[in-house]
Amino acid sequence: MRLITGNDLATGDVVWWTGTDWSRHVEQAADAGERAEAIAREEEAARRVNVPYVIAATATADGPRPAHIKDRIRALGPTVRPDLTLKPADPAAGSWVI
Amino acid sequence: MYRYDEYDQSIVDARVDEFRDQVRRRLAGEITEDQFKPLRLMNGLYLQLHAYMLRVAVPYGTLDSRQMRMLAHVARTYDRGYGHFTTRQNIQYNWIRLDQAPDILAELATVEMHAIQTSGNCIRNISSDQYAGAAADEVADPRPWAELIRQWSTFHPEFTYLPRKFKIAVIAAEEDRAAMRLHDIGIRLTRRDGVLGATVFVGGGMGRTPMIAHEIRDFVTADDLMSYLEACLRVYNRYGRRDNIYKARIKILLHEIGPDEYRRQVEEEFAKVKALGIDPPAAELARITAMFAPPAFDPAAAGDVADRSDPDFAVWLDQNVRAHRQPGYAIVNISLKPVGGIPGDASADQIDVMADLAQRYGFDELRVTHAQNIVLPHVRIADLKAVWSALVDAGLAEANLDLISDIIACPGLDYCSLANARSIPLAQKIGERFADPARQRDLGELKLKISGCINACGHHHAGHIGILGVDRKGTENFQLLLGGSGAEDVSLGRITGPGFDEDGVVDAIERVTDKYLEVRETGERFVDTYRRVGMTPFKEAIYG
Ligand code: SF4
Repeated sequence: MRLITGNDLATGDVVWWTGTDWSRHVEQAADAGERAEAIAREEEAARRVNVPYVIAATATADGPRPAHIKDRIRALGPTVRPDLTLKPADPAAGSWVI
Repeated sequence: MYRYDEYDQSIVDARVDEFRDQVRRRLAGEITEDQFKPLRLMNGLYLQLHAYMLRVAVPYGTLDSRQMRMLAHVARTYDRGYGHFTTRQNIQYNWIRLDQAPDILAELATVEMHAIQTSGNCIRNISSDQYAGAAADEVADPRPWAELIRQWSTFHPEFTYLPRKFKIAVIAAEEDRAAMRLHDIGIRLTRRDGVLGATVFVGGGMGRTPMIAHEIRDFVTADDLMSYLEACLRVYNRYGRRDNIYKARIKILLHEIGPDEYRRQVEEEFAKVKALGIDPPAAELARITAMFAPPAFDPAAAGDVADRSDPDFAVWLDQNVRAHRQPGYAIVNISLKPVGGIPGDASADQIDVMADLAQRYGFDELRVTHAQNIVLPHVRIADLKAVWSALVDAGLAEANLDLISDIIACPGLDYCSLANARSIPLAQKIGERFADPARQRDLGELKLKISGCINACGHHHAGHIGILGVDRKGTENFQLLLGGSGAEDVSLGRITGPGFDEDGVVDAIERVTDKYLEVRETGERFVDTYRRVGMTPFKEAIYG
């Protein structure tokens, strides 16, 4: 699957395209398919996202898993500060990255 | 400490106002990201993996407690309660909101701080010796010269768009504590026949193509130094490779035309520049120098001796405290490298503790080191125990300066958008493997440096042991280097051979240190043994 990710313009938060909007949670990311680049351009022009780009991911039972470790770290947060990730209560969350 | 005059303050304040308007226009959609990016970078604001990152300049690594408290305040109010001290003697915040960035800069400006020239192809923050003004071996205080260079380079119209970024270090001792020869220009102040001047080195750097700076001028008098620097920059600005980002640093220019030709051109340019009269009048130099006058040391301190009865305190004294030139005083190194911690990170509360200690016991001075530690340069020996006790309470008393766990590590793939691999977890694993303090001390001085990519922010080429993170088909891989040094015995590390995964590189380092213990001769540091026996025995130990 093909996901679109970028950062929120004002906050800098990592965001994912859900098909209709942007979410901080990669679990809610949708396959943007062949229109991914066009959507990214439109959304950036409307300032709903900053510096969007398209990545490859695989669909899993737990939701989309970005193909590259860099995007998995973006999706979760820094592996060395579990308290600052999106899953601070789940100490095993970091293993998803690796 | 240097204090801003009205000119310094007004240009920093004006810059905040300008940036506030640029941010407003970006948020309102009046300018695109392509238009905005160079503007935010000129104010130290990057977009990293998780958020915007703000890099705040700490000129030549020098701070007072008021500034240090402001750094804590920014961490607490605008970030997530911590900051990361960098190998450029600066501090970075990892979780900044764009819409709050102008407010942060406005707050920083109230304590004479900013984020100007912490990015872009300009002259970056000047580096210096963290022991400046305290070391017994310096011929002069390098800080007035670092400050002069800061003023000269700030918004210098000719040097705002250089071919590439440009880093300058100023030291004034034979012992190089600032990796001076790995800068684009390294300046070592020296005296000849009683006259103050400098030896000038040009063309050093790390990154993709590491090089050691060449000595370009054996001695230039202090009266001519600024003109000489201007000439060095002009020749680079004219001939530096703007066509190829990988060949744009001054080190490549020197490599291509050779140091002799570069020197010839600089001398030619220097003759012209000197006539322009840009060297500061004596009164201005005296004004700046006066701000770095030694603090009011107490002569009665001369007889002080530290009470070594507490063994933990004694270990810390031996490892982290260095001799001061003033009898009765000492230089305190605060390690930001607890075992299992994140090298260079400090919480807002810890930053406040260090500010309090500087104010109470250290003549209000702090320094950031390129090894990502903090220094209190002037502490009375009688106060060392109290300082240590407060550091213990704050989790800042790790007694590991220059030992294997005093690791330099860049943010790596946990934060940095350019990274190939994570540096910090590796630093943590190495720290844990060598956690036993006695084992570390037995290994002695061993500088271990980790970069998450070829840009070498973690100075891996200059590590006695260096590690470079690479991307091998989407997985993290680590190359091991041996034999580098950023000190006065400067050298570049050599790659041992094929790379490793994270656990593999920790094992390989242990094989290297075991081999060192086996073959070292009395008094040899790791790097001395490496230089004597060469790579082969270590390679055999690693790869079998
Ligand atoms: S060395 Fe690379 S990974 Fe590390 S901070 Fe620098 S650019 Fe980022």
